[in-house]
Amino acid sequence: MKLKILLSVLMIALFACTNTVFAQGQVEMADVMRGNGKIYTVVAVCLLILVGLFGYVWLIDRKISRIENESKD
Amino acid sequence: MKKSWWKILSFVLLMYTIVAGFLIKVPRLPILNETIRNLFFHVCMWFAMMVLFIISAIHSIKYLRTYHYKYDIYARNYASVGTLLGILGYATGAVWVSVTWITNQNQSFGSVMKEPKLIGAAIALLIYGAYFVLRGSFTDIDKRARISAVYNIFAFAMLFPSIWIIPRIVGSLHPGSPGSDTGNPALAQSDLDATMRLVFWPAVLGWTLLSVWIATLRIRVELLKEKNLLPK
Repeated sequence: MKLKILLSVLMIALFACTNTVFAQGQVEMADVMRGNGKIYTVVAVCLLILVGLFGYVWLIDRKISRIENESKD
Repeated sequence: MKKSWWKILSFVLLMYTIVAGFLIKVPRLPILNETIRNLFFHVCMWFAMMVLFIISAIHSIKYLRTYHYKYDIYARNYASVGTLLGILGYATGAVWVSVTWITNQNQSFGSVMKEPKLIGAAIALLIYGAYFVLRGSFTDIDKRARISAVYNIFAFAMLFPSIWIIPRIVGSLHPGSPGSDTGNPALAQSDLDATMRLVFWPAVLGWTLLSVWIATLRIRVELLKEKNLLPK
């Protein structure tokens, strides 16, 4: 019961804070990047790095499996 | 390659994390701006680190119960990848600090260095670093395994006061302490936006699975090398 009261007070306090934030003006975000589509370049670069890393880990996995199978015989 | 569903799952989840992480709508918060997206990377590193250290500690306990050498290999390698994740988490945190606390909140480098959470995280990582130094100091394999298993358990226990408990009690800018605006960072219902939650938890799982995969690769290499030491 007390926890519920505490949580609802916290929620009200947080909402009250957001009102003051709006009063100060728009928060800067990466709208420009999204607007001119460059955000997709960011995503593509990160995906490329990730695919590269996963490919490396996969190749090592395959090499280890090969050695394990050889040593089992 | 040892085909496992969870390896493919980790790949899919991390692809999803990167695509969704940059493209979903996030709350427009002052000071943080777009860097809130770092939640999917910085916080996930620490989550994955905790999981790996838990696994490492369990294997240390198993070693002390059975004295089977393979558990020592497991414990060591999980701790090793866990430490790497901790370092990555610390580094990503440092980058985040430089654009938020230092640039937007005008904290000085000196005040950032005094942050309890940062000091606590550094202490925890250094304790694990000492684990590896300890391992290096032994020549006898069984003694090394036994003593480092004991140390590993203590190192794991030290994670809690240094990273979790003390920074929550003392004032800190880091989310989760009195003095910052938020409660439990990333976990409380009121703290994490519903859209972000959809990306955050798959990201945690994806990063954890990737780090477990890397740890298992290291373990398999070491098992191959130490084959003659292990009972058939």
